[in-house]
Amino acid sequence: MQRKSIDVWVGLFVLLGALALFFLAMRAGNLGSISFEDTYAVNARFDNIGGLKPRAPVKSAGVVVGRVADIRFDNQTFLATVTLDLDRRYQFPKDSSAKILTSGLLGEQYIGLEPGGDPENLAAGDRIKMTQSAIVLENLISQFLFSKAAEGKDGE
Amino acid sequence: MILDAIAALGRGTREFVASLGYAARMFVALIGAWPALLRRPRLVTDQIHFIGNYSLVIIAVSGLFVGFVLGLQGYYTLERYGSEQALGVLVALSLVRELGPVVTALLFAGRAGTSLTAEIGLMKAGEQLAAMEMMAVDPVKRVVAPRFWAGVVAMPVLAAIFSAVGVIGGYIVGVRLIGVDEGAFWSQMQAGVDLWDDIGNGVIKSVVFGFAVTFIALYQGYEARATPEGVARATTRTVVIASLTVLWLDFLLTALMFN
Repeated sequence: MQRKSIDVWVGLFVLLGALALFFLAMRAGNLGSISFEDTYAVNARFDNIGGLKPRAPVKSAGVVVGRVADIRFDNQTFLATVTLDLDRRYQFPKDSSAKILTSGLLGEQYIGLEPGGDPENLAAGDRIKMTQSAIVLENLISQFLFSKAAEGKDGE
Repeated sequence: MILDAIAALGRGTREFVASLGYAARMFVALIGAWPALLRRPRLVTDQIHFIGNYSLVIIAVSGLFVGFVLGLQGYYTLERYGSEQALGVLVALSLVRELGPVVTALLFAGRAGTSLTAEIGLMKAGEQLAAMEMMAVDPVKRVVAPRFWAGVVAMPVLAAIFSAVGVIGGYIVGVRLIGVDEGAFWSQMQAGVDLWDDIGNGVIKSVVFGFAVTFIALYQGYEARATPEGVARATTRTVVIASLTVLWLDFLLTALMFN
């Protein structure tokens, strides 16, 4: 009898540990958001990806439709090649465009996918042709300063 | 005079190397003992009950309060930059990556390690281990190995419970008491914590600490001088060596895993 109660307590202890891990994985980690459904990979080339990171979301109309799988530098074209894993439930026209956007002012960067009008859909391995790079704050400021300086000259 | 000093240095070095070799041999013997323990799992379950279940309360309460404090301190700092929504990531990442495994290992060394050292040390002082050897029972296999594997099993379980309770503690203070937005708290956490990179590596850390702390405690007990003073010293050494080992191992593992 005493043996058995020790076994029960030890079993409960280990079960509690497994539950804690499960809680961490589901509630704190991203196990809940990893979809085990089929994805298809498309890629896109960007002049500048800013602070985009692997596993960043791909959103269309604000809904997460995939994730960034891989980011590489292409030494032939000197562009960044980004591979996107899109959920197979969602199909996009071949001439869809991809933008790198920022959620909020200082938030994380994600890829916004805007559907085009082509009757054919993107298939695995296709390239998204129309892309728009991340906005880099320094470039924005320097553009602003240059245009201000040019205005000042005109006024003289 | 000088010759004496050199001789003392030499003896110290020799003893250090000898004890290293002895510890390594004992470690290998303990690792090799697991097939025998599979045939008698009772020995291990009893020890998990003693080491694990009885440490549960202190681990859970500590985890809760560490979570509370992380929630409060994190909020005060993040609020200055207007990003208190990131509180969830802060609490979860610091718990899962560092505080969970490390604080659990330190508490484990104090709560379970010392009692293992004292138990084995007193068995040795009472010549129980010698008596076993007389009966052709290997004390390393019969007494030390079950405790070792029980510690290795119990430590990751306790660390997981610590982290989970800590996250709940951070939630209670951050969301319930201070009023951070609940949706942002969880969703930022889920976006920021990776299953393998963060949770998986935290589990690996806690397993390594389980091996280290339990082994140090058992080795100190097994090597204690068979006197009351010897056992007292061995218990102190367990806490000191195990805590230091956990901290430098943590630095090493962090540098290796999260680069």
